[in-house]
Amino acid sequence: MSLAKPVMRGLLGKRLRFHLPIAFALSLVAAIGFKYGVTEPRKQAYADFYKQYDAVKEFTAMKEAGVFESVRPSGE
Amino acid sequence: MNKSVLTQPLRLSSVSAVLLFHSLTTTMLRLTAGRVGSLVARRATVALTTNSARMASHEVAQAVDMSQPMYVDRLDTPLPDKPYTDVLTAADKSLKQKEKGPWSQLSQEEKLALYRLAFHQTYPEMKRPSAEWKTVLGGMFIFLGFTGLLVWWQASYVYPPRPRTFDEEWQAKQLQRMLDMKVNPIEGFSAKWDYEKGQWK
Repeated sequence: MSLAKPVMRGLLGKRLRFHLPIAFALSLVAAIGFKYGVTEPRKQAYADFYKQYDAVKEFTAMKEAGVFESVRPSGE
Repeated sequence: MNKSVLTQPLRLSSVSAVLLFHSLTTTMLRLTAGRVGSLVARRATVALTTNSARMASHEVAQAVDMSQPMYVDRLDTPLPDKPYTDVLTAADKSLKQKEKGPWSQLSQEEKLALYRLAFHQTYPEMKRPSAEWKTVLGGMFIFLGFTGLLVWWQASYVYPPRPRTFDEEWQAKQLQRMLDMKVNPIEGFSAKWDYEKGQWK
């Protein structure tokens, strides 16, 4: 009994036809996951922070703590 | 001993560490040169014996012809290129003749004798455990201990004085300054500090 001739051609094409859609789908899922898992919450966190942000109050607090060299705390 | 010992790179003791790694990976090969049986090791050991024999001129060593088929006891070579015994006595020759007939007529001793003519060691003999692991482990620990001594000497004589930035007091002041500056106040460092209560969230 002789064996069937093995497949000699189109091996790369067959592999690509199988793996490329999966690769694209997984990459898309990863990108969407990152967008809604990381970037959107981060944008929201920044928006919330700056909604109630008083720059002058923060500056005065830092000045009194003594971190600046150009302007010293009001005590000195 | 100052705390910076483990944070500094180990340069001097790296030589000893390399020796340790070397002993881990190659001791088995070195001590079992005969067992490995690879051509390179064989050639090296044979060359060594012939050179030393010529220099010592006590006895003439057999120079092995590497271009001919060789017998070798290897686990991955069940049927070596040639049988073990080259020179057959008259009794061996008659036994070989008997081997050409039906094997059911061979006695157990004859079968064993034929085996020993063709092979040097059986598989269980090749696989027999040795006490080499004790040497390996001992060598490892010796080098480990020596490395430890080198590290200790290095910490005592080589390292510069510890930077003042490692002190507890300095680190506390550094932390307070970072909070005062509001480092990463949105998602990072200062975001985790509760400024009203004066504690971590």
